Amino acid sequence: MPDQPYLLLVIFILAAIGFALLPLGVAALWAKFFSPAKPGPDKNATYECGLVSKGDAWVQFKSEYYLYGIIFLIFDVEVIFLMPFAVAFGGLSVGAFIAMMVFILLLVEGLAWAWVKGVLTWK
Amino acid sequence: MIDEGLKSELSKQGIFTTTFNELIEWGYNKGRANSVWPLQFGLACCAIEMIAASMARYDIARFGSEVFRPSPRQADLMIVAGTVTKKMAPQVVRLYNQMPEPKYVIAMGACAISGGPFKQGYNVLKGIDRYIPVDVHIPGCPPRPEALLHALMTLQKKIEEQHLTGPQQARHLNPEAPSEFPVPEYGEHDLVPPKNEAVWQPPKQAKDDTQGNV
Repeated sequence: MPDQPYLLLVIFILAAIGFALLPLGVAALWAKFFSPAKPGPDKNATYECGLVSKGDAWVQFKSEYYLYGIIFLIFDVEVIFLMPFAVAFGGLSVGAFIAMMVFILLLVEGLAWAWVKGVLTWK
Repeated sequence: MIDEGLKSELSKQGIFTTTFNELIEWGYNKGRANSVWPLQFGLACCAIEMIAASMARYDIARFGSEVFRPSPRQADLMIVAGTVTKKMAPQVVRLYNQMPEPKYVIAMGACAISGGPFKQGYNVLKGIDRYIPVDVHIPGCPPRPEALLHALMTLQKKIEEQHLTGPQQARHLNPEAPSEFPVPEYGEHDLVPPKNEAVWQPPKQAKDDTQGNV
């Protein structure tokens, strides 16, 4: 088949699709003719180690970790930047000073956020 | 349909006859019997023997049952390995209900089949067969791993003898046969109901009064 170079690929694709669909089809036919479906309240219930599950599975989950991330950034990472900033403070240009202030302001914003959220008060 | 006598006569001459239905049945049952996946749970010391059976020395993988599933949705076989307390019984029944068909139960050990040494106690169920249909009972306290393997082989034999249609039809293929059994609840003194009458009736006691001994 020199004039049909892609025919082989088409055959391969059809064979691959058939290979996937044939067992599924046989299983579906088998279920239809021999094996009756038997749903029930217990079988359709949420599985929870045999216990009756309490409440809804679709509850909203509050992720708390981002607050720790913010605090870590302020009190750990920022210090690493503040040390060289303090050492080189005398020789800094105005542009570098403003850039550093913007950086610190961003982190202070995070601190204010954490403060308002009540993370800083010991409970 | 071929005559049974002729069939056996032919088989003696080395000619085997079959029907399409029998062939399908054979394949279906062979496949199921050799990939019985148990539910992974143990209740007491029998579970240790079950674990031993699944390990290299006794090697339950030889029978295609090494795949212990942590979810009832994927399990075919429930090995009730150990003492079923009345606290635990509703959970066991619910797990059985949550397994898809076809499903089988092996009651392993004296406790699971009868309550065992705790039979006279107040808090142990006197056999899980009071609530769910048990296919194979294994006596022993605890049964050795070989006993569990023997039970598995017995179950495989039972699966291979099931039929697609007719009076000996497999339970799960019958649309009328229930797939779920009532889950008992905690009552004031005992589980309510104390047994499932449809599954288990107390054995008839044979009393011989003529001899004078009971």
